[in-house]
Parts: sequence; structure tokens; C-alpha cells
Amino acid sequence: MKTNVYDAVVIGGGAAGMACACEMDSSGLKVAIVEREETLGGILLQCIHNGFGLHRFKEELTGPEYAERYIEKVENTSLDVFLSTTVVNIANEGEGYCVTGYSGSEGVLLFKTEAVVLAMGCRERNRGNIGIPGTRPSGILTAGLAQRLINMDGLVPGRRIVIAGSGDIGLIMARRLTWTGCEVLGVVEILPYASGITRNIVQCLKDFDIPLYLSHIISRIEGKDRVESVQVTPLQDGKPDISGSFPLECDTILLSVGLIPENELSRKASVKINHETGGAYVDAHYMTSQKGIFACGNVLHVHDIVDFVSEESVTCGRYVHQYVKHSLLDAAQYNVTPGANVKYVIPNSFIREAGRKFYLRSLIVKNDAELKVMLGEQTIIKKKLRHVQPSEMISFVLDNEAFPASLPIGDRMALEVSIH
Amino acid sequence: MSDKNEIICISCPIGCRLQVTKLSEEAVKVEGNRCNRGEAYGREETLRPKRTVTACVRTNSRKIAYAPVKTDKPLLKEYINELLKILYTLDIEVPLRRGEILIHNFKGLDVDVVFTRTVPG
Ligand SMILES: Cc1cc2nc3c(=O)[nH]c(=O)nc-3n(C[C@H](O)[C@H](O)[C@H](O)COP(=O)(O)OP(=O)(O)OC[C@H]3O[C@@H](n4cnc5c(N)ncnc54)[C@H](O)[C@@H]3O)c2cc1C
Ligand code: SF4
Repeated sequence: MKTNVYDAVVIGGGAAGMACACEMDSSGLKVAIVEREETLGGILLQCIHNGFGLHRFKEELTGPEYAERYIEKVENTSLDVFLSTTVVNIANEGEGYCVTGYSGSEGVLLFKTEAVVLAMGCRERNRGNIGIPGTRPSGILTAGLAQRLINMDGLVPGRRIVIAGSGDIGLIMARRLTWTGCEVLGVVEILPYASGITRNIVQCLKDFDIPLYLSHIISRIEGKDRVESVQVTPLQDGKPDISGSFPLECDTILLSVGLIPENELSRKASVKINHETGGAYVDAHYMTSQKGIFACGNVLHVHDIVDFVSEESVTCGRYVHQYVKHSLLDAAQYNVTPGANVKYVIPNSFIREAGRKFYLRSLIVKNDAELKVMLGEQTIIKKKLRHVQPSEMISFVLDNEAFPASLPIGDRMALEVSIH
Repeated sequence: MSDKNEIICISCPIGCRLQVTKLSEEAVKVEGNRCNRGEAYGREETLRPKRTVTACVRTNSRKIAYAPVKTDKPLLKEYINELLKILYTLDIEVPLRRGEILIHNFKGLDVDVVFTRTVPG
């Protein structure tokens, strides 16, 4: 068995893993990326639509184009890349970690490393997670799987499609399938508003007159071997109103009901998971509850914009470098807590240092909202937001000037972020 | 001539509901916009709606069976289906490079179709 020794091992070679690893390589660390698939790039490779990179590259790229820019960057570094290798375990060895990978061709690979970066991305919620009653025929799959089948393998999952959930992946697939000659009969959303962005509602549904059934549920699935129809039922005051039910005859159901960070491996390594994000709790340095294990990208919290993934991962890489070089700022960390109308804020702690960036998600839909950041009793930031909605991540930077001259010490001191 | 149409502006996340009245083949009246971008969007979307088209074409690569492509500029909506039909009949020989042109100046509309992924031979 071969053992490799590194300063840091990055698990996952998607947008997050690549950006983080490149940053660490450029600061002189010896780093490996371990990726399960045959190529780097992650989820981006199957997202052939455009809309990536507006912030980072100031142009609209498709997923594969964005990925290739980073893959080329990786090729010009001294990073070691292990492809077709799945990480199955992270063992704490006191002085660092031993990461176990498994590759079909090489067998078991061991990596001894000081630091580990979790960058495994997310996976889709499936039918088990949402529970639609009825039979269990074939023809039910997640929107992301359908995206992969059609865009990478050229396989069309069906002819007459109903989409459950109005997440962006489902909307994008509605257009993709229509452009492939399928008929998309409707998108059924339990909430009173769509969870995807407006641009996708317009360009993926309205362009093709695909109905969006808000406040509706799929109440039954019919079909013996293959899906034959679904029953769609409106909600009245939150309860199904059976009298308004109608059937849609379809052979395929795509589930687009959200994503969850992929944290099996993290849990096994005793990393503490935040139930609001489904990802790890991280401190001001993107370090998890396990010293030396860091996290960034969709494994930490689900992002809608890849540019933020890259940005966050570069920041994470910088801290891993400081950790390995024993130069992490050793100051008191304060909790960051979500206040009114905020689902979560990442990172979960802060430290007094210039230019700290935070990412958060709103629980409400509102125009002309206000972001408020309080430190104890004191309001230190007020920021106008033109529009907030749960599907669009919000960010803000905490500058040094925002702080009162001296920070009171005490464990009850917290930064509270709210939206009004 | 006057057809009032409601469209949603997608130039920013607010998503104003615009009422657009077509006055002639070249002129529209836009209401409901909060800013100038909304007016421009309402005009273009009513007179010359365009979309960037993305799709996949079959290749003879054993590893990457389908190569993604896009139009380098938004294409007038009425030509989208014609373009897609052509793309689905193609068989592409690899290698090919990201940025390489697959279809040059489609129908004289000043729109190219380019590959968005590099596929080695
Ligand atoms: C379907 C979809 C559509 C999107 N559309 C847009 C858009 O239009 N615009 C935009 O800006 N953003 C979009 N995003 C968001 C953005 O692209 C993603 O958030 C970003 O690419 C995620 O990067 P990541 O590296 O965190 O995760 P991923 O890309 O998922 O990478 C994780 C990698 O880890 C690997 N991995 C997982 N477990 C292991 C293991 N145990 N061992 C080894 N490797 C492992 C996986 O194989 C994968 O390659 C979209 C996201 C999705 C899912
Ligand atoms: S009109 Fe202006 S404010 Fe309204 S959605 Fe369009 S760009 Fe945004």
C-alpha cells in the first residue's frame, strides 16, 4: 500500500476543491486533490447552460467553460491530482490525519496530512426525503440525475414530464427537455412562490408556456411498471383541497426539491453538522469542530452562484495555509447568529480582522429590505437590499471601521444578522 | 396598433412587472419599470426577443460522448428550433477545443455556435 504525505488533502475536485487547492499551491503548500470521478470539474460539467462567472470573470460562461478555466489553472500548478479515487475515511491520528482513498485501478491509497479540506459538494433530495404516496413505478428521478443523463450521456429520461419542485435545476431541465422534443406538462410547487430565480421562470417556463402550479402538491403517483399519471392537488390554507385535484398524464417525474450537503464522510470524522445548512459548523477560519479539518463550497452550504463558491474556497485555502504554518490569528472568536428572517450565516464565528466576508440566506421574499448587523446591543452595519428571497444568497463584508474601538470580551457577545 | 403585454423584467432580481404596448414595428411604450434597464429590456423583449442557446452534440469520443455547445450571442427566438434540429443531426469528430467554432454565422445572423468543452482525441 502506498502512503503519500501532504500538508493538505482536498476531498473533491469541483469548483470549491480546485479553487481552494490552487490557492494553497500558490502559497507553497504540498497539496493533493482526491476526486471520485474521472475528471475534475464536479457538477459544473453537467450544467451546460450559461449563467456562470458573471462576478468572477465578468462574462457569462457555461458550467463546462467555468470548470475548464480552473482545470487549466490546476494543470499549471504542482498539485497532485488523484482521479477516479473515492475517499472512504478520514482518521484522526493526533498529529494530523490519515485519509483513505479507494481507486479501481490502484486499490487503497493512504494520505498522511496535516490538514483536510472537505469539498465534496452536495447531493439532491430524493423521493424518500419528501414522501409522495402511491405506487413505486420506474420513471421517477431527480432533476440533477436527468441533467447528467441528457447532457453527458445523451439519454433522454422520458417523453411526457412533470416536474416536482421549482428549484433552478428543475427549471433549467424544463427548457432542456423541451428543446430536446419532450413535453413538459407542468411544474408543481408546494410553496406560494417559486424557489428558482425569476430569470429561469421566464426563460425556462414562460417561453414555452409551461404551467407553474404554485401552492400545489403531487398527491398521488399512478402506474404499474412505469409512471402513467400524477394527481395534482391545490392547497387551501395549507391543506390539500381534494375537490380541486386534476390528473396529468406523464411517463416521467423529475424531482427538483432541493440539495443537501454531502456529509457522510464528515459525520464519520465526528465533524459537527449544523442542521440549518446541512453542512459543518465552521469558525472564522472555515475550520470545522475538528481541528485541522476545513470545509468550503456546497459541502458547507448550498450555493446558487459558483462565483461565491470559488471566492469562499480561496479564503478557506488561505486559512489552511496559515494553519499549516502555525500563523492563524489566535484571537477570541465570537458567535455569529441568525436573527429575524435569516436562515443561516456562514461562517458561524468571527474574529476581529479586516475585510471579513459573510454569506447568508433570507427566510423571506421582500423588495427594499434592510440588512442589520448587531454586535451585542450596538448596530454596526445597516445595508439596503433591493430585493431578498430565500433562493438568492446574500453577502456582506465586515470592515474594521465597523467595529467599536474596543471589543468587549465575554462569551455572550455575538454578532447577530437580521433582515427587515 | 396596440397590444398591451405583461412581461417580467429579468435584468435584476426585483423582477418588475412591465406593461409593454407595441406602438409600431420599432416603438413600444413600457410602464411599470423601476429603472431604465427595464425600459430597454421591455423594448428588446417585445421587438426582438433573443436567447442564448445551449445544447449537446454527439461525438465519436468514447469518454465524452456528448460535447456541449452554445451560441456566442443570443439568437432571435424564432430561429432556435431550426438551429436545434441541425445540432441534433451532427456527428462530431474529436479532438475539439473549447471556443472552436462549430457553425459559423448561422443563417447570416452574426451568431456562431461554439464548443464549450475541450474533448481530447
Ligand atoms: C444543477 C446545478 C445547477 C447550477 N446552476 C448554476 C448557475 O446557473 N450559475 C451558477 O453560478 N451556479 C450554479 N450552480 C451552483 C454552482 O455551480 C455549484 O454550487 C458549484 O459548482 C459547486 O461546487 P463544489 O465544488 O462545491 O461542488 P461539486 O461541483 O459538486 O464538487 C464536488 C466534487 O466532490 C467529489 N466527491 C464527492 N464525494 C467524494 C469522495 N468521497 N471522494 C472523492 N471525491 C468526492 C464529486 O465527485 C465532485 O466532483 C448550480 C448547481 C447545481 C447543482
Ligand atoms: S426595471 Fe429595473 S428595477 Fe425593475 S427588474 Fe428591471 S432592472 Fe430591476
